[in-house]
Amino acid sequence: MQTKRTVFGNRLLPYALLLPQLAVTVVFFLWPAAQAVLQSFQREDAFGLSTTWVGLTNYADLLSDPTYLNSLKVTAIFAPAVTLLSVGLGLIFAASLDRLARGSRVYAALLVWPYAVAPAIGGIMWWFLFNPTIGLLPYLLAMVGYRWDHALQPTDAMILVVIAASWKQVSYNFLFFMAGLQAIPKSMIEAAAIDGAGPVKRFFTIVFPLLSPTTFFLAVINLVYAMFDTFPVIHATTGGNPAQSTNILVYKVFVDGFIGLNLGSSAAQSVVLMAIVVALTVIQFKWVERKVTY
Amino acid sequence: MIDRHPWLDALAHVVLIVGVLIVAFPVYVAVIASTHGPNDFMSGLIPLLPGHEMVANYRSMLTDGLSSSGAPPLGGMLWNSLVMALSIAFGKIAISILSAYAIVYFRFPFRAVAFWMIFVTLMLPVEVRIVPTFKVVADLGLLDSYAGLTIPLIASATATFLFRQFFLTVPDELMEAARIDGAGPLKFFRDILLPLSRTNIAALFVILFIYGWNQYLWPLMVTTTSQHYTIVMGIKRMSDVADALPQWNVVMTTAVLAMLPPVIVVVAMQRLFVKGLIETEK
Repeated sequence: MQTKRTVFGNRLLPYALLLPQLAVTVVFFLWPAAQAVLQSFQREDAFGLSTTWVGLTNYADLLSDPTYLNSLKVTAIFAPAVTLLSVGLGLIFAASLDRLARGSRVYAALLVWPYAVAPAIGGIMWWFLFNPTIGLLPYLLAMVGYRWDHALQPTDAMILVVIAASWKQVSYNFLFFMAGLQAIPKSMIEAAAIDGAGPVKRFFTIVFPLLSPTTFFLAVINLVYAMFDTFPVIHATTGGNPAQSTNILVYKVFVDGFIGLNLGSSAAQSVVLMAIVVALTVIQFKWVERKVTY
Repeated sequence: MIDRHPWLDALAHVVLIVGVLIVAFPVYVAVIASTHGPNDFMSGLIPLLPGHEMVANYRSMLTDGLSSSGAPPLGGMLWNSLVMALSIAFGKIAISILSAYAIVYFRFPFRAVAFWMIFVTLMLPVEVRIVPTFKVVADLGLLDSYAGLTIPLIASATATFLFRQFFLTVPDELMEAARIDGAGPLKFFRDILLPLSRTNIAALFVILFIYGWNQYLWPLMVTTTSQHYTIVMGIKRMSDVADALPQWNVVMTTAVLAMLPPVIVVVAMQRLFVKGLIETEK
């Protein structure tokens, strides 16, 4: 690991400097995570008086629990849908902006600010727009003959949470694609133009391939966002319903642990989620190491 | 511009204008709703043009709150959010700049261990270890306090990495010159490294302020009385009532007040915001 070629000689000072960060890390990160792993192998009786060691039973129960399998399926639809929608729109906006010589700063400013809005607030606003009785979008959909009701229709509820969760992420992806586009040397685009490639062909054969590191990075980041940071969107709008159709994994951990008080199962679910985050983080860092350079 | 394609430029403008409108539309509707009285939401369609109740809505929510749902005045919630956002931002910056300094400018046993302990926190978002973390905070007696709201969230691997990357780019000669002139590690840190890190600190501050302000699940769990509610989590209590009684004007007034401070920070400090966002993710 890198340091400076000369370093300070103090023996105790570095430990004192590290102490606050390590103390918080141990008390609020490592210890609870270890507890979660431990609890996932235990089961408490109904009164919380005794705990028994049950081995892998909690994990085995998860795999035979239809609500957990449903939650896996819901997440497998929700997370890629959010990623696709928000990364796609971010790329379209950034590529459009890249064409323009004038006015680009104004558009950029107008597209960036939703990133500052809390997911819960974004969720509430879309929930309002989609309100089945007075909302604007159901009113427009009724004109084309569709009866929108996210309180009863699982598909409608899923569409609602996907849109609400993607909304602020578009700004984020847009910013990263802008940075990626600016890093592409103009000479490459010019060379292709001289060879007779039109703007559409240039985008698909040069610009988009050169953006692939950014796209891959954003795909991972957005998957992580959709799987873990969208809890407020679900909690503030559908609450996992109707009929569990929007009950994503991270929401289920909360419901089972806090409302259902099923600590063993909730802990086992936490451990599964941690494994997923570790896998995604490793993929991301593997990519950082062999970053493409032009 | 390499070649001229007026129709493509026009298309780009159209795409961007539509994009800006879609992105801004929910906020527009929320602002409009916050200017109407409760009766405008009983039936028909949500209002799309401003009403006359704006001053009344904001005044009553800021000073009285919504007694029917046990929601306290928003003034107090905004204050709690501000305390939480500022404590998290300053706390994270303080502890991570110190630990990055130790890791880059000193060589000591267990340095790599310390680095990896900080690194793994990247992989443990609060949502996945929520129940045991809550138990730790409850055991420490930190429920319903500012300490409980902020301290568990201030450990940050990303901020430590950002400062580590930056310190590695600071020329070694600066430190050698400082040592020759007789400066100790603390003096070097205070008089040279800290001033050099100003821009990075400011950029990080913008990102962390937004992060702290927008926390939802954690304040929802550790606050048990309305005294420490933050505004982002408080909106849930009001919207729960909204299904029974249409109080959309009140909910949207709260939403507007909850998003205003972080949006102002981003708009006012856009350059720092973009820098902070792009550098913390590297």
